[in-house]
Amino acid sequence: MINLSLTDKVMIGTALLGGMSGVVGSFAVLRGRSLVGDMLAHAALPGICLAFLVIGTKSLLGLSAGALLSGLLAIVAVTSIVRWTRTKEDAAIGIVLSTFFGAGVVLLSLIQKPGVGGSKAGLDSYLFGEPGNMLTGDLVVLAVVGVAVLATVGLLFKEFELVCFDSDFAQSQGWPTLRLDLFMMASLAVVTIVGLPIVGVILMTAMIILPAATARLWTNRLRYMLQLAAAFGLAAGLLGTWLGRDLPAGAAIVLTAAAFFVLSILFAPQRGIVSRLMAEYRYRKRIEREHLLRSLYELGEGKADHESTIELQALRDYRYWRSLTKLLEQAADEGEVNLTQQVVELTPLGQRRAARLTKAHRLWELYMVQHVGIASDHVDRDADDVEHMLPEGLLIELEQKLASEGRLPEVAQEVPLSPHQLDSPSSEPPSEPSS
Amino acid sequence: MTDSIGTLVAATPSIDAVAEFFGMSRAALWVVLTGATTNVACALVGCYLVLRRMSMMGDALAHAVLPGLVVAFLFSGSTSIVPLFIGATICGLLTTFLTQTLHQYARVPSDASMGVVFTSLFALGVVLVKKFVGGLHFDIACVYEGTLELVSLAEPVAGVPRPLFTTTIVLFVNLAALVLLWKELKISAFDPALATTMGISATAMHYLLMTLVAVTAVASFEAVGSILVVAMLIVPAATAHLLTDRLWMMVLLSTLVGIASSVLGYWMASIWNTNIAGMMTVSAGLLYTLAVFFSPRYGICSTVLRNLRMSLRVLREDVLAMLYRVEELGSDKRLTVAEAGEAVGGGWLSRLGMRNLQQAGRIRRDGDMLQLTESGREAARQLVRSHRLWETYLVQHLGMPLDHVHEPAHRVEHFIDDRLREELESEITTDGQDPHGRKIPK
Repeated sequence: MINLSLTDKVMIGTALLGGMSGVVGSFAVLRGRSLVGDMLAHAALPGICLAFLVIGTKSLLGLSAGALLSGLLAIVAVTSIVRWTRTKEDAAIGIVLSTFFGAGVVLLSLIQKPGVGGSKAGLDSYLFGEPGNMLTGDLVVLAVVGVAVLATVGLLFKEFELVCFDSDFAQSQGWPTLRLDLFMMASLAVVTIVGLPIVGVILMTAMIILPAATARLWTNRLRYMLQLAAAFGLAAGLLGTWLGRDLPAGAAIVLTAAAFFVLSILFAPQRGIVSRLMAEYRYRKRIEREHLLRSLYELGEGKADHESTIELQALRDYRYWRSLTKLLEQAADEGEVNLTQQVVELTPLGQRRAARLTKAHRLWELYMVQHVGIASDHVDRDADDVEHMLPEGLLIELEQKLASEGRLPEVAQEVPLSPHQLDSPSSEPPSEPSS
Repeated sequence: MTDSIGTLVAATPSIDAVAEFFGMSRAALWVVLTGATTNVACALVGCYLVLRRMSMMGDALAHAVLPGLVVAFLFSGSTSIVPLFIGATICGLLTTFLTQTLHQYARVPSDASMGVVFTSLFALGVVLVKKFVGGLHFDIACVYEGTLELVSLAEPVAGVPRPLFTTTIVLFVNLAALVLLWKELKISAFDPALATTMGISATAMHYLLMTLVAVTAVASFEAVGSILVVAMLIVPAATAHLLTDRLWMMVLLSTLVGIASSVLGYWMASIWNTNIAGMMTVSAGLLYTLAVFFSPRYGICSTVLRNLRMSLRVLREDVLAMLYRVEELGSDKRLTVAEAGEAVGGGWLSRLGMRNLQQAGRIRRDGDMLQLTESGREAARQLVRSHRLWETYLVQHLGMPLDHVHEPAHRVEHFIDDRLREELESEITTDGQDPHGRKIPK
């Protein structure tokens, strides 16, 4: 056997544990069962104590079997409480968690008594975790469980995916959803229980939830989520053990995983706070600009001789602006307006864009008045909100509807005919000239 | 506050007399009282957690306050309760805020966001303990299991041990919050949207409740450990929820369950000489199990019994209607007991149903053959009448095809009474026949 130093063993062990809890945790998080891991971790205690009382030694395998048994019993208890009583799932989980753990504490204090003949020191590690006790044998157990979990997930990937996202559909297609669900739960239980002596009850809960929740922020595809969750868990195990050499290892690992989560929540591409704030900022800017263009257009329209220069003061009085000067400067940079000392004027480009926006605005207003029956003095604000997001297709539909009723505003009607013959490349391939 | 409680204690008959009355030692009385006050304080706020389906928030807060406690301890340099309360409250509010924010703005599922927040804060707390508190007696095992056994050894405040003093104060704080904000808490628990339209801030109520939970958890840690706190926040309330539909009754019952599990837990722990807090948790679990089975309205036993009684009634009526139809055909054929039993499903249930009918004088046996009595025939006539009226109604008013009306009528006939029969008759136009052409009996 290869000779590993204790630190190496701890690192490998926690990395293995992190990797597989990421995988099983992904399913738990997606199924809305994040706290089942918490419950399993607590509910294992009476099983561990009973196993110890029965077999009398602290063999990892024996104690784990006991833990698994009481964990499964707890799952059955929660399922039947939810099925047969009016108690809701959250309360059921809480009840089973605390009652089982309470029973565990009682058993633990029985074991502790002189005469029964065991010190509880070894069992304590199940509560708080003791990665420093890692033996080569434990590594083998972890590796075997890891391979088993990966094999299960690999073989049943398609089925798990279906049950995760649409279990009703899966059932209607004749899949044994209950058994698949049980498989998922069982793999969660097994991983939780081999992890308990390493990181302890609460921190095992964290290992189930954190890498999976982190991965969820980065992707919408299950395949990548599983890979990412495993990677985050693995990295948290390695990095946490290494960073937290003089700290409680379990806590250090969890804090590392939490750091990954915080970084992801800040910087993940779609769900991250930074990118969402940026998108929101850009959107708000666009809306302000569009309001500017439309206001200029409407002010110009009001003038008798269609004189296109607008006094700044008139613009200021027209509606509320957050920072008009900056807005005008940006529009001038884009070439949408000409800006002189006290007056502002739409350029031809600005005129075109403004006309399009005004058209969208008024089409919506007309639609609201005619088809929704809203009073004409109430539609301006609604259209103000909606104009920025009306898709092209909807505009055309609105236009046709209103045109057929003869209510299409003038600004929207006239598009000059093209001066040249238009080819239609879709109907006539260019290589074959028509005869 | 201290003074008033002091006078209160002085005014009551001496504690030894009380202890003697209940036949236990003074120390035992302190333990039971501490357990009971903790349980009741937890149960009071727990009712709202359970109703709002946020039970696990109790577990989350009980763990998440750890860093707050450590920081408060480091700042004040003592384990006196006031700084610990402040630290716990801040941490509790932070947990609530972060959980909500992650859920709302980052779309993390609500249970996962709770899990992320409380486990991370707990891990932070563990590291802080190790780094800064180290050698001091900040025993994490103690946080789990509590030291209820040692309550009577704690320094006395105002004549009672300090843990009991603290839990009593928290109990009164919770009670005051419940009494003063009864209506607000009630509305925002059942219908937050309605609460908001009525000008009650559901958010404020949410944060208030979370603060109460955090403070209660911290106050109870010292004496009973987190496991009993988590249990008592959920189990008594869930037990009471199985027993009643009224909020005030639920609060009252959960209080009683809290007290009962304290007494029962102490008693069982002293029999087996084991951990008291753990035993109190187990007894609460036992009381919940009892309620699951024997609650008068929602218990499994009463549900099973109710279903059984219902299927027995349906079965009896099916037998009567069947015998009536056979008579109606006018043939001499009579059904044997075995045939009738087989036709309504067979098994012990149908045997029981037919014995009932005989005892009630609705049917009698001619050798092996079954025969309706006069009263049985009358009952059967009403049933068949219900059945055929309903069929006619379905065809005439809902336009259902002829071959689809028997099944629904077969199910509904047992629930149509005299009044409904009259109403149905006035709704339909009939020449005394149902759509299948059979006579509707009078």
